[in-house]
Parts: sequence; C-alpha cells; structure tokens
Amino acid sequence: MTYIAKPRLHHPSLVKNKAGYTRRDYEGAVSTLCAGCGHDSISAAIIQACYELDILPHQVAKLSGIGCSSKAPTYFVGASHGFNTVHGRMPSVMTGANLANRDLIYMGVSGDGDSASIGLGQFAHVMRRGVNMTYIVMNNGVYGLTKGQFSATADKGSISKKGVANSDSSIDMVSLAILMGATFVGRSFSGDKHQLVPLIKAAMAHKGAAFLDVISPCVAFNNHAGSTKSYDYVREHNEALNRVDFIEGREEITTDYEPGTVTTVQQHDGSLLRLRKLGEDYDPSDKVAAMKRVQEGMHAGEVVTGLLYVDPSPKDLHDNLNTIDAPLNTLEAAELCPGTSALDRINAGLR
Amino acid sequence: MKPTDIANPDYFHKVVDCQWACPAHTPVPEYIRLIAHGRYSDAYMINWKSNVFPGILGRTCDRPCEPACRRSRVEDETLVKGKKEPVAICRLKRVAADYKDDDGIKASMPKAPAKNGKRIACIGGGPASLTVARDLAVLGYEIVIYDQDPKLGGFIRTQIPHFRLPESVIDEEVAYITDIGNIEFRHQRVDSMKKILGEGYDAVFVGSGAPRGRDLDVPGRKEAAANIHIGLDWLSSVSFGHISKVGKRVIVLGGGNTAMDCCRTARRLGGEDVKVIVRSGFEEMKASPWEKEDAMGEDIPILNMLVPKEVRHEGGKIKGVLFEKVKAEYDAKGRRSLVPSGDPDEFYECDDVLVAIGQENAFPWIEKDAGIEFDKWGLPQLGETTLQSTNKTVFFGGDAAFGPKNIIWAAAHGHDAAISIHKFLQGENVEERPAPGVNIVSQKMGIHEWSYDNAPTIDHRLKVPHRAKQEALKDIMAEVELGFDPQLAFKEAQRCLNCDVQTVFTGNLCIECDACVDICPMDCITFTENGEEKDLRTRLNAPAINPTQDLYIGNDLKTGRAMVKDEDVCLHCGLCAERCPTGAWDMRKYYVEMTHAEHACRKQ
Ligand SMILES: Cc1cc2nc3c(=O)[nH]c(=O)nc-3n(C[C@H](O)[C@H](O)[C@H](O)COP(=O)(O)OP(=O)(O)OC[C@H]3O[C@@H](n4cnc5c(N)ncnc54)[C@H](O)[C@@H]3O)c2cc1C
Ligand SMILES: Cc1ncc(C[n+]2csc(CCOP(=O)(O)OP(=O)(O)O)c2C)c(N)n1
Ligand code: SF4
Ligand code: SF4
Ligand code: SF4
Ligand SMILES: [Mg+2]
Repeated sequence: MTYIAKPRLHHPSLVKNKAGYTRRDYEGAVSTLCAGCGHDSISAAIIQACYELDILPHQVAKLSGIGCSSKAPTYFVGASHGFNTVHGRMPSVMTGANLANRDLIYMGVSGDGDSASIGLGQFAHVMRRGVNMTYIVMNNGVYGLTKGQFSATADKGSISKKGVANSDSSIDMVSLAILMGATFVGRSFSGDKHQLVPLIKAAMAHKGAAFLDVISPCVAFNNHAGSTKSYDYVREHNEALNRVDFIEGREEITTDYEPGTVTTVQQHDGSLLRLRKLGEDYDPSDKVAAMKRVQEGMHAGEVVTGLLYVDPSPKDLHDNLNTIDAPLNTLEAAELCPGTSALDRINAGLR
Repeated sequence: MKPTDIANPDYFHKVVDCQWACPAHTPVPEYIRLIAHGRYSDAYMINWKSNVFPGILGRTCDRPCEPACRRSRVEDETLVKGKKEPVAICRLKRVAADYKDDDGIKASMPKAPAKNGKRIACIGGGPASLTVARDLAVLGYEIVIYDQDPKLGGFIRTQIPHFRLPESVIDEEVAYITDIGNIEFRHQRVDSMKKILGEGYDAVFVGSGAPRGRDLDVPGRKEAAANIHIGLDWLSSVSFGHISKVGKRVIVLGGGNTAMDCCRTARRLGGEDVKVIVRSGFEEMKASPWEKEDAMGEDIPILNMLVPKEVRHEGGKIKGVLFEKVKAEYDAKGRRSLVPSGDPDEFYECDDVLVAIGQENAFPWIEKDAGIEFDKWGLPQLGETTLQSTNKTVFFGGDAAFGPKNIIWAAAHGHDAAISIHKFLQGENVEERPAPGVNIVSQKMGIHEWSYDNAPTIDHRLKVPHRAKQEALKDIMAEVELGFDPQLAFKEAQRCLNCDVQTVFTGNLCIECDACVDICPMDCITFTENGEEKDLRTRLNAPAINPTQDLYIGNDLKTGRAMVKDEDVCLHCGLCAERCPTGAWDMRKYYVEMTHAEHACRKQ
C-alpha cells in the first residue's frame, strides 16, 4: 500500500478521449493491496480499456465478492457504481442488477477463492444464464486476503510458500465457463497488458456472458519457486494462441496484416476482433475444439492464453427472457400494472 | 541503447535540471529543503560555497536555473490557470540570506592559513576576482585586488541600482571574503599589464569586466550631447551620487537589463514620462521577462520595432528623437532581419536620452606585446575551461573572458580560474579538471517512509511581496522587493520536486510485476524490447518528447527486455519505489558538489 495519494500531475501528452476524459480520470482510490500484486496491474488494464472505449464512468457498475481481488474495483473507475457483495455471491447480485437495469455496463470482479470455492455454484449459473457482463477472475491460486491458503484453482502438485504440495485437483475456470455456456472466454496474464487490454475491451463489447481468467501472481503468498501462479512460471509456460486487436465498428482499419495470419470475428455490436495468429491454426468460434485445446494445454503443463472461445452472435439473459428494451427500473406504475381488465384477460387465457 | 552508467556523476547531475543549468552548479534542491526546514544558515552556506554571493544573487541573479526547472514542464495547466511556472529558486536563495544567523555565519567563515609564499594579482574587483580571491586565500595565497573604483564589488556595486540590491548586502558579502585574510585591496587603476607582470606576481587574474557602453551614432547626437547619456556611465554616476536628477521626459534606448535599470532609475530621479524604445520586437528583447514586468509595473511603456534615426535639437537643447518603423522579415533559413515597414517615421519628445544599446569589452591597458593573444572580436584567446590565456601566467574570468554575461557566470569562472591557478602553481596539468564530489544516500526509512517530503504539491508559484509603488518610486534607496517571509518561503519551497532524489534501478531484483509502471503518475516507466534511442522514444507508455533529457536504461531483466525510464517529467515522488515489492527501485539522494581549488590538486 501507498501512503501518499497518486499526484494529480500527469504527463503533458495525456489526452482526453471522446467522452472528454483522460486515462487518469478512470483511476480510482490508491490501492491498498500489497506492492507488486498482479491485481493492481489488472486494474490498470481495466482503466486503460475503459479509457480507450470512451466509456462514461457513471454507466459502469462494478460488482465483486470478497477477497483482495474483490477489493480491486475500488482502485479503478472511481466515478462509477460499485457493490462489494458477500463472499461468492456476486453473480446473483449481478444477475439481479442486470435484470433491473440492462443499460449499465456490468463488470464483475472476483477471485479464484470467491468464484471457484465458495461461489462455484453461482459462477456456473451466471454463465448459463448468459448475463451480459464482463466477469474477470483475478486468479492467483490462493486465498490472498486470508493469508495464502491454496484455492481451488491451485494446480495439483504445486508447492505452497511453506513447502506443502497441493493434493487436490484444480478447477479450470476457463473450461468450466465454456462448458457452462459463457459466450466469450479468454485467459490472460496480469503481466502482459498488450494481450490483456484488448481482451478486456472485446469482452466489454461482447453482448453476453464474457469471462476472463487472468492469472495474477500474489507477491506475498504465491510467487515462489514451486508455485504455478508466479510471475516466472507463467512467463515460462505462457502459450498464447492469438493476439486480439479490438476494432470498434466506427474506426477505420489501418493495420496491414500478412495474408493468412489473421482471423476476423465480427461481434454483435459491429465491433471487429482481429485475431493475429501466433503459431498453430486456432479457431476460437469452434466450441468443442476450444475445450479440447484448453484441456490439452493443461495436460501439457501450458498456460494457454488468448481469446479461447467466442460466439459472435450470443444471446443474453434479456434475449432469453424476452424482456422489453427499456430497463425495468424505468418502468412506471402504468406499465407495470396494466389494470384489472388486462389481468382478467390473462386469467381468462389460463382457464 | 546501452545500459545507463549511473556511476558517471554527470548522469544524475543532469536530472537535477536547476543545478545542471546553474553555471556554478549550486545544489539547489538541497538548499530548498533546508529552507523548508527553517535551517536558513545551512542553506546559506551551501550557496556561499557554490556561488559566493547568496544575498546578492538571491536578488539579482539572471537565474538560468529557473527556465530549466522541471516544475515548469510538469505542472498541470488546468490547475495553474494555464501558466506552468518554475520554482522561485532565486528568491528562495534570498530567504536563506535574510533569515540566517549572521553571527553564526560570520564565525563559521574560513580563515586564511599561513602564507604559502605565492602572490596573485586580480585586476578588477568584481564578482569574478572576488571568487578567485576567496578560493585561493584559504589556500595560503596572497591576493592583491586592483580596482579603479573606491570599493570592491565591481558592477554589482556601481551598476545595479540600490532599489534592487541594497549596498549593505554587498558590503556584507564582500566582507565575508576580505575577512578571510591574505587579501589586499588597492584602489588603483591598472594602466599597464606589463607593469603588473613585472611586479613579481606568480599569476595574474583579469576580472576587469566589459566596461564600455556602446554609443549612439545618428545625426544630432553630438549637438545634443548635454542630454544624451551612456547608460553604464549614467548608472554608475547615480550610484556614486554624482547624478541625482533627470528630465521629466526620458527616452531609454535599448532592450536589455541595463535599459530596464536605466528607466526604473529615471522614474526615481524625477522622470515622469519615461519610455523604453527598442529596435527589435518586444518578445526578442534581451531583458529578462521579470525585469520587463517590473519596469512596466512602474508605468514605463515599452515601444518596439523603432530604430532611432535622428536626434532633433534646437539651440543646443534636445527636442526629441525621430524613429523609423521597422518590421521583421524572415529569410528561407528563418533568419530575421528588420526592414523599414513603410509607415511614417515617429517622433517622440524628450528632455533626456539614456543609451543602453550594448556593452563591450576593452583592454586598452593590455599591451600588444604582453604575450596575450586576442581574437578578432577583441576577446582574449582562452582555454574554454582553464581560462588560461596565451600568456600562461595570466587567466581571465567574468565579463572580461567571453564578453558580458552575469554575476553567476563570473562566480563560476572565478572557481574555474582559481582551480587553474592553483594547479598551475603546484606544477599540475591545468587541463585535468577535478571531478565533482558525489554523496549517495538512500532515502528509505521504512516501508512507506522516506527521509524527504515526497508528495508533490499542486500550488501555483508564489509572488514575492513588493513595496507599494508610490513609496518605492519616491526613494531610490528603497528596495522594491521585500522578499518572502518564512511562511511564504515554506510554501514555495514545497513546490520543489527534489530532483536530486534519484530513482535508482537494480535490474536483477526486478520481477517485472509492472507495479511501478502502473503507479507512476507521469507514465515515465516502460518495460520493452531495447532498441535505438530514436525508436525507443516513440514506443514508450508516454512518448519521450524532450530530447535534451535522457532515457535511463536498465538491464538484467529475466525476460531480456529493458527498463526504460524517461527522466524528463519524473516527479521524484518515489511512488515507483514505494510500490516495488523487491526494492528494485530505490530513491537515493545524489548530492553533487563541484570541486573547487581547495580540493583540486592531487598533492593535497
Ligand atoms: C546596469 C547593469 C545591470 C546588471 N544587472 C545584473 C543583474 O541583475 N544580475 C546579474 O547577474 N548581472 C547583472 N549585470 C551584469 C553583471 O554586473 C556583470 O556580469 C558582472 O558584474 C561581471 O563581473 P566581473 O567580475 O566580470 O566584472 P565587473 O563586475 O564588471 O567588475 C570589473 C571591475 O574592474 C574594474 N576595472 C576594469 N578595468 C580596470 C583597470 N584597468 N584597473 C582597475 N580596475 C579596473 C571595473 O571598474 C570594475 O569595478 C548587470 C550589468 C549592468 C551593466
Ligand atoms: C462467507 C465467508 N467465508 C469465508 C470468508 C473468509 N475469506 C475472505 S477472503 C477469502 C478468500 C479470498 O480468495 P480469493 O477470492 O482468491 O481472493 P484473493 O484474496 O486471493 O484475491 C476467504 C475464504 C469470508 N469472508 N466469508
Ligand atoms: S523542482 Fe526543485 S530540484 Fe527540480 S529543477 Fe526545480 S528547483 Fe530544481
Ligand atoms: S519517482 Fe517514480 S513514480 Fe514518481 S514520477 Fe518518477 S518514475 Fe514515476
Ligand atoms: S515494481 Fe519493482 S519488481 Fe515490479 S516491475 Fe517495477 S521495478 Fe520491477
Ligand atoms: Mg485468490
């Protein structure tokens, strides 16, 4: 943690985006996390993404559970809505909020403990339901806030700071999310903003359940030799399948790509995802192939990263429930209570 | 790019923009911190060692440090109403002089040791000679200073008006030097260099200044001579009390600081309608912006783009001056020339004209066969840093060396010449210059505690209080600036960013967590593939737009990337070091101090 607040002085070249804000305007309070925590880097990536997307801060709702990771929303996009919920219960609060006001941009921030241990059930259901959100797990393999016990995502055989090996099988959040029906799934690393920022932008533009598993080393309890979530381990085992260039619908495409090196996916909102190939051929729109590739990577000891699965035409909770376009919280008594005659008609239809 | 060699004392010295820009390399941030702590005497002594005349310079310095100050690059326009301003470095120096413990300072001043048997003549008693005298007297040299004027101080005493610099301040700081001992003042004009060389001195230092004011050459100049005065001569006559009034309508010709002193002096001697008229544009005037501001504040208009054409007179009495209007024209290379604008000539009535259109060197007393070569501009041929002339026993400094400059340059030359003289007389190679002393101290006191005040303030530059105008104009001896009081001084001192507290990077400790990158308010730090400087500058987190400032390159990283830090806009806030989990960043104070004659010889 830091005693002095980040000074308001800034680089002279800092520019305002279309929303009239500089990148610094998307910051939040000064972080109280341990110096060097990966979570802070992810916060910085979210700040960058929101700035680049010209997002209006007051249209963002940040929801989180409990944990160091779940504290992180305080440290980015200060001028937005926030809800620090109960441990593992962020998905249900998020679902409710999203139902009530579909117009906000929902960002769920959680940890591997919050989402894969106590909150595993809620995690599965929020993905199945296709809540339109960006759900980020800051994955450090431990319960950071409670001093570093192994979490459910710790790899079997990885060694704790005290030297004890983890004997349980690990939960792979990416596989689970794909399996449960998330329509945008990626993995990245807190130490690689070039990969992470465009992924966050693409996820935020995705109209459906978007999930990002971001490996985020815990410097205090899980950054030693023998850990599979340390800076060194992730860097050595990172197997990036692609690099995303996120292109907003109205932007002109200026980058030239070598033929055959790029796959383009157009999302529902018109935004383009240009996936630069980094080696093998990989088609992220093939769900079965994606699950296979992720599992293979796990067996080979790779940390497979990149945009792993995307359904370009997803359906979200509101589509499935066929709700009206207006946010429910804006409906007035007249619309919510159409009167006795309408009730009578409905009742008659059920007789 | 190659990894930065931080063992080279110049590397971090350059980061301290003010100190690097100061000709005498005064350790500015150190004295500013001491002022903030109320340790005025310590702040004074740091200045005294480096620039010899803190009380004088704190009122009059040309302050090349201020345009260089980092603060003016990093302030946020919206917080300071569009005007990014440097720290008031110069006026803080005066605070140290005003609030120091005078008796304590006096008692701690050095005293001359036993004479070492070598004698040195200094020609001229200005700041350059006084610095040489100070640096060498403490080493046992016997110094004889010659000056044609009755008191020591040179132009500081005879040219700078007392409403800018009270004489008591000059007396005090001259006395700190002469009280050292082994310094003799002879009130005597030197008419022959050969005669001096014949008097058995071991070395001669020429600090005779640039004493000649350029004259006006237009029709009517001679006829109206009674009311046309050369600025330099006029100002010294005022200083000596020979002149105590001037006509009601005064025209000052020229756009330098001498012109500003002339017009403000005229306002105090009865001039009611005083105007400055310059050939160039207002912006290109040589006078410092603050001098122009002060003059205009005293109801003195500055008219520009007017070239004097003729002095009109009647019966030996001046009527006024006729000017031709000019405009600026630029050639293909962007060089400016002033050409007639075609507008009708303008005539301004006046009772007196003060000519302040330039200052020249003159050495009529140095014989052609004294072994001292001059160049085609009449300046002595000197070693650039040694200041040694072609006669190996004769050294130059101050305005006499490279033409008119200012006091701080005179002091810097004095130090350099003293080193050369000492080395020369000790039989050492004068070309080998002593390296500066560097003292490095980590500022870390605890996990989040630093032994300097690391939080940058967002306060706008504070103004020095002035005497009320009516009062100031009534009395030529009344000092206009009243100086900061301790509260204002503290507030202004807090604006300093402590640029001498350096960010020091140790690559093999870094785990590349990006914490420093994310926290840095100025986006100074980038981890990226190394490359050529030009290319690197464009692909950092924020572009490195100021090529005069270095990129700090750190290596030894596990990923093989380089740590690239743009020194340009770093606030020295220490947040990078505070967020770094491994101590790969540390905040270390690099106290750089120039080596003066005292420690310049290997034999010592
Ligand atoms: C009007 C005016 C205002 C100025 N204001 C400022 C200011 O605000 N800040 C600033 O930094 N600088 C200022 N300057 C410039 C500054 O005064 C000089 O740059 C500085 O004094 C030079 O110091 P010096 O030691 O080289 O010589 P000087 O100070 O010029 O001293 C030389 C001395 O040598 C004497 N001398 C010369 N020839 C002989 C001889 N043959 N025999 C005996 N004695 C001799 C002269 O009488 C003089 O006393 C000003 C200059 C002028 C003209
Ligand atoms: C209902 C409940 N059970 C247990 C806890 C204790 N607890 C606090 S944080 C935490 C785990 C957090 O781990 P994770 O989500 O991975 O966050 P991290 O701190 O690692 O970022 C636990 C078990 C709690 N706060 N509430
Ligand atoms: S901020 Fe302070 S240390 Fe930095 S250049 Fe300005 S005066 Fe010097
Ligand atoms: S001290 Fe560190 S954090 Fe502060 S501006 Fe400089 S590089 Fe950035
Ligand atoms: S905070 Fe320290 S360890 Fe982390 S990247 Fe910066 S220098 Fe390296
Ligand atoms: Mg965790």
